[in-house]
Amino acid sequence: MENAKDKRILEAEMDTSEDFTKKGILLSVQNLKVHFELRKMGFGRVGYVHAVDGVNFDVHNGEAIGIVGESGCGKSSLMKTILTLYKPTEGKVIFDGMDLANLTTEQVRKYHSEVGYIQQDPYGAMAPFMNVERILAEPMVINGINSVEERTKRIKKTMEEVKVFPVEDFLPKFPHQLSGGQQQRIVIARSMLLEPRFLVADEPVSMLDASVRVEVLKLLRSLQEKRHLAVIYITHDLSTVRYFSHRIFVMYAGQIVEKAKVNDLLKSPAHPYTVALLAATSDPDGNNAKVFKELPPGEPPNLVNPPTGCRFHERCPKRIDGLCDVEIPPEFEVGSMHTAQCWLYKK
Amino acid sequence: MANTPLLKLEDLLLHFRTTKGIVQAVDKVNFELAHNEAVVVVGESGCGKSSLAKAILRLLPKNVASYSGKAFLNGTDTMAMDDETYRTKVRWNQMSMVPQGAMNSLNPVLTIGDQVTEPYILHTGASKADAEKQAKEVFQKVGVPTSFFNRYAFELSGGMRQRTIIAMALITMPDLIILDEPTSALDVLTQANIFNVLKRLKKELEISYILITHDIATSSELADKVAVMYAGQIVEVNDAVKFFIEPLHPYSRMLMDSVPRLRGVKEPDFIVGQPPSLLNPPTGCRFAERCPKRYGDCANEPPTFLHNGHQVKCWLYK
Repeated sequence: MENAKDKRILEAEMDTSEDFTKKGILLSVQNLKVHFELRKMGFGRVGYVHAVDGVNFDVHNGEAIGIVGESGCGKSSLMKTILTLYKPTEGKVIFDGMDLANLTTEQVRKYHSEVGYIQQDPYGAMAPFMNVERILAEPMVINGINSVEERTKRIKKTMEEVKVFPVEDFLPKFPHQLSGGQQQRIVIARSMLLEPRFLVADEPVSMLDASVRVEVLKLLRSLQEKRHLAVIYITHDLSTVRYFSHRIFVMYAGQIVEKAKVNDLLKSPAHPYTVALLAATSDPDGNNAKVFKELPPGEPPNLVNPPTGCRFHERCPKRIDGLCDVEIPPEFEVGSMHTAQCWLYKK
Repeated sequence: MANTPLLKLEDLLLHFRTTKGIVQAVDKVNFELAHNEAVVVVGESGCGKSSLAKAILRLLPKNVASYSGKAFLNGTDTMAMDDETYRTKVRWNQMSMVPQGAMNSLNPVLTIGDQVTEPYILHTGASKADAEKQAKEVFQKVGVPTSFFNRYAFELSGGMRQRTIIAMALITMPDLIILDEPTSALDVLTQANIFNVLKRLKKELEISYILITHDIATSSELADKVAVMYAGQIVEVNDAVKFFIEPLHPYSRMLMDSVPRLRGVKEPDFIVGQPPSLLNPPTGCRFAERCPKRYGDCANEPPTFLHNGHQVKCWLYK
């Protein structure tokens, strides 16, 4: 039995046959815009950074979503808005039926206890002067779990779950005494302590070494499956997404340009940007060195003055002049649960 | 000339002195690099790959405990040279380097044109006008618009800054460029673009590279040869095409298995345990503790065996 379960986790891709839409929507992001003001020498406004510009999606209970995009595409701003660290300029974020913009302080605290957050840099995410026991106790202290026995019990259980053995040896250690992989496990344990329903992971493995990276990804995946967590996994690395998400959203210049199930996206990418991103990602192969890659020219646009029309049109090999550079494309359906923000798919 | 390797390292050793003891960062490294060839040095963080680059280019910090071995560049042992000869004859004339994170170390108050011409003026004694002409030529080669010549670093995107750094390493037309994690801070598309530039330079200018990286998937974009480093030692040197299909050393195999792939159905696996501390590395094979194939011999340090002409430091190939 144990073996069969292990085997399922070892399958190369996640099982995406499950229909999550029946499980109900946990998080809904509706026409979300997050703009940051640019000031000149502290006086006057000179413009806005359109970090997130019109994003719509739903996350169902127990569903893992991967958001892929290059740096500066707004994926971190999107995540921080979901965590209520930023306020939306326009649009709504609705969690379990509550609009996050209208929560009282008490409700925000409750919301935070239901959302786990895994940071990119595990060392930077832990207070250097606290030992592992304090670091793990802190969220419970804040959320009113006052019994010391209860706290110790939970800490031990969670540490075993993230496979930091033997627990007693690690409790008095400080973050700098742990290896990178162990640090990230402690951060994961901390995010799991309050038994959240929803987890946000911001590049959880990008700071880790290749051999440890897969280990942490597998740990996250087993936690996700065991606890039926809804997850948003943010990354720039397409090759890890496929091991840890049911659906992938591709983000470019503040907008989500394509949404699809993992296999659909990898096998038949629709948006020209997704196609380029897939082409640019290498697999280890000795013959790579002999060929040049076909890549779109240029770099992502400045989000202070984003281009009119489709944000990708300046670099797009399939641009339709007079349309792509004028009007922002709406979401077109490409297949089942597969949409692309691209005029090529106009019906 | 054509038969002498461009670079040949023999027992290159670099140990550092720290308050806790001697760190054996680079421990008797041997390998050869032919003209117009690219070798990729892969390994996990802390395995000594950046120290190897420093040892080759003699960019040493103050706490060196021992530095020995031989490094033949075009047949001449550079380790026998004194520092001044090395500086004027070798560094930047025959070998240059793109250090890790260099794109973020450009001087913010000088234009990139000034910074790129500086090594050319210093190392060849050219006039400012000549240097400017040369710099603009190199800019074109790496894909920086020549109109950027008088811009400052903050006006450039990450990809352009990295190209500028490559231009700086290239301006004296060295035979060999050592690249230390040249694209680790860049986005996927920019990364692929930089690799296209490096490939083109290799083809057009017949440059050789030593690429130091932990990113095995992207390293395959440039590799003719792969050298795997573990705990301060080179455990395998193999031909790239063969290596990416069937690595020899057990560590290389497990490392390759841990790479997540975009295509194909192979499930990545991880290596249990951690690399040993370089303060007191184990006396036998340094990988033995984590190796699934260890046996009696592994308690002694394996020599480097030749297996079908490829170096591998493992008793299995006795």
